[in-house]
Amino acid sequence: MSGLLDPAVAERVLARALANGGRFAEVFAERRHGLSMSIDESRIEAVQSGSEEGAGVRVVEGGTTYFAHVDGLDPTDLERAADEAAAALRGKRTEPRPLQAVDHAPLPIERRPEQVEAERKGALLRELDERARGQGAEIAQFTASYAEARREVSIANSDGLFTGDDRTRTRIGAQAVARRDGTVETGAETLGAHRGFELLEDDPGLIAEQAARKALTLLDAGPAPSGSMPVVVGGGFGGVLFHEMTGHGLEADHIQKGASVYVGKLGEQVAQPLLNAYDDGRLPNEWGSDAIDDEGAPTQKTQVIEDGRLTSFLYDHLTAERDGVASTGNGRRESFRHLPIPRMTNTYIAPGDATPEEMIAEVERGFYAVSFAGGQVEPATGDFVFGVSEGYLIEGGKVTRPCRGATLIGNCLEALAAIDAVGDDFFMKTGICGKGGQKVPVGTGQGHVRVGAMTVGGTER
Amino acid sequence: MSELAASARRAVEAALAAGAGDAEAYASVEDGRELRVHGGEVESLSAASQSGIGIRAWIEGRVGYSYGTDLSEAGVAAIAKAAAEAARVADPDEFAAPPEPAPIESVAGLSDPSLAARSTAEVAELALTVERIALASDPRLVAVEQAVYADVAERVAIASSTGVAGEYESSTCFAYLQALAEGEGSRETGLGFGLARGPDGLDPEAIGAEGATRALAMIGATKPASRSCPVVLDPTVAASFAGLIGGALGARAVQRGRSPFAGKLDEEVASSAFVLHDDGLDPEGPASAPFDAEGVPRRRTALIEGGSLRSYLYDTYTANREGGASTGSASRQGYRSQPSVSASNLVVAAGELSDEQLLGEAGDGLYVTDVAGLHSGVNPVTGVFSVGASGREIRDGALAEPVREFTIAGELVAMLGAVQAAGAEARWVPFGGSVWTPPLLVAEMAISGS
Repeated sequence: MSGLLDPAVAERVLARALANGGRFAEVFAERRHGLSMSIDESRIEAVQSGSEEGAGVRVVEGGTTYFAHVDGLDPTDLERAADEAAAALRGKRTEPRPLQAVDHAPLPIERRPEQVEAERKGALLRELDERARGQGAEIAQFTASYAEARREVSIANSDGLFTGDDRTRTRIGAQAVARRDGTVETGAETLGAHRGFELLEDDPGLIAEQAARKALTLLDAGPAPSGSMPVVVGGGFGGVLFHEMTGHGLEADHIQKGASVYVGKLGEQVAQPLLNAYDDGRLPNEWGSDAIDDEGAPTQKTQVIEDGRLTSFLYDHLTAERDGVASTGNGRRESFRHLPIPRMTNTYIAPGDATPEEMIAEVERGFYAVSFAGGQVEPATGDFVFGVSEGYLIEGGKVTRPCRGATLIGNCLEALAAIDAVGDDFFMKTGICGKGGQKVPVGTGQGHVRVGAMTVGGTER
Repeated sequence: MSELAASARRAVEAALAAGAGDAEAYASVEDGRELRVHGGEVESLSAASQSGIGIRAWIEGRVGYSYGTDLSEAGVAAIAKAAAEAARVADPDEFAAPPEPAPIESVAGLSDPSLAARSTAEVAELALTVERIALASDPRLVAVEQAVYADVAERVAIASSTGVAGEYESSTCFAYLQALAEGEGSRETGLGFGLARGPDGLDPEAIGAEGATRALAMIGATKPASRSCPVVLDPTVAASFAGLIGGALGARAVQRGRSPFAGKLDEEVASSAFVLHDDGLDPEGPASAPFDAEGVPRRRTALIEGGSLRSYLYDTYTANREGGASTGSASRQGYRSQPSVSASNLVVAAGELSDEQLLGEAGDGLYVTDVAGLHSGVNPVTGVFSVGASGREIRDGALAEPVREFTIAGELVAMLGAVQAAGAEARWVPFGGSVWTPPLLVAEMAISGS
């Protein structure tokens, strides 16, 4: 699958990119197509489609990357990008190796979304709307969105690699607003995968009901507690905890700049022995999976924590070269307009043997964070923060009441070491991760996980 | 007419030919560069050129949108056809219509010739200076994770079947760094930044020094005690909150009951110390332009003044719903997104107190220099927020030891009511959109720390 680039043209473009020297050159060609729409006030709106194609060319010399991108995939467009990338170099011509095609089977798509009538997608959103509003008269507002996106990519580099991928992702999201007297609460849920329309053949309306139920539950919420206490984190999107507090700090660019609290920790015990965690770009049809990364390296399953020991960082081509190791297939980019950088794919804590009920029963007073609205970390200091979208108070080993407006805050190394129970109820959820101004789809997952002590920032005095 | 304006005009014709009752085309061409430096070397140098067009089609109250990068005649025809197809999927909405044309006045000073005049080597030197100044400031300033310079020159053209026609050029650039300081067993980060219309408007020494000062000030930070106390928000933090407030004042969210400001027009929503305008015409404002994303003239709109809510922000659709006029508040992220209502430049009025006087007024409290988790810790529908923060203790009216790993929590409208004073020293901040703001003293906020 390297259909966007003619090999002879690609070789010529790589040669031009190296006209003023450079030890590595690459051309990344991409065709994108997407369709999205939403429902609001029970009306289908914001129907939008788009198509773009273009290429990015980079040349690496010394510690510097020279990059240029253009719209269009005609040979003249590609040559223009190569010339612009090479323009700031002043060295002697180097020669690329002849291209050798490497085929990777793209992830299977059973039902191409672009072959499904748009009206069918609109009907799906109407079903979500009805299902959410069916949860009760207190559902005052409901919005849902549908999005499909296809990215065909072709990659050729001066090491002779010539490969490509064809990726299709489908995702729906639901957001409900519940109102009772003066109280307003919201609930959200998503469903997405590296799959086609087959993703939506089971019961997509379920997420609408889940979003509505969350909002309705919160109508009875009181203020969230404040202070340090045990926190039980729910399965699935709860995995964003590990994504933020460990995953980002393992990205090799942060490590190599000394801007991560995990610098010098490789091989060390950073968590209790019950913890095993992975970044896995090969999970079948998962949201963060691809056949290859955006530099043409096959995606792989990388164990990053083994029995509590830190076992690997996450590498792209350049950071791997610097450390003298192989890329872990984590070189990703938002589009042909961006440079690849080390990014997570699907990151998860492997299932343990505790049950959620046991974990909660052992907590005298604590907080139960079922799901998050998102999180953020500063890898250099390890400070993280998570907004809780659905949380409850735990008192006397029992979940007692819902809480609104809670945030979890802490430091990576302390919180990671404080994970003292991992649940057996594993599942994955979808996320959109931002780094360096680039957004990429990532999967996060886990069963229930308990952190022995973490700061909950609420408004309760 | 420029080539770009002609493309927009052709796109409108193509959409009408594809069956649209009305159509609008927004075309843009962008040229930009970005430099990242690290350890005294250029780490990456990117040259970016892109152009594209987005077409909005109306068919009997149904709206569809499509965009693409192929500006050839066949390419534009395909985009126009896709926009009309998208419209047929949407449900009709009686208020959906393109704006009528209004006189557009040019805004001077949107383009800085220094952008084109400064070579890549010169702007590389600018970024390297930012890094060098930070590193030279103090032995405890151990590294600069990244110093970045980026600029973009853009030309925009818009045309519609109702007769809207306009185009303009603008340029923007910025530089920032993330400095790393080490001491007392901890590592701290500090952000310094500047933005301008061109590189000659940036002060690399000041940017580097700001990043270094911020990182160094945090060395030895501990968790503050949980309490309710006066809080001074520095301009970067005040800007983030102003951005949230500007977002909640968009009429779309308000009309659909998804804003804490819904139903509060002309009511008291803030103390008289908090005055907020939207100003789409200030040449120094990064978001300024002669017209908004659907060709309506930009303007200056009082949002919160004298403690009361004076206006929401409207685009044509939300204005039609109330039978009013657009405030020129349609925005989009380039040709890939259809217009939606949002603030242009938010301007928080400066007060009379110097930074020292503001701290003196606070007495004992916290000075917040950074907040994290705004996208997940704030509920835009209810205004309830709890976000991570770091900064300094304020003791006896002066800055004291650094603090981190705490949250500030509350509710947006209640927070505005508690704004006790605005500082005199305001600046442009690229967080929360584009915001001009001084530091703000809030009489009381809930702190959760140790």
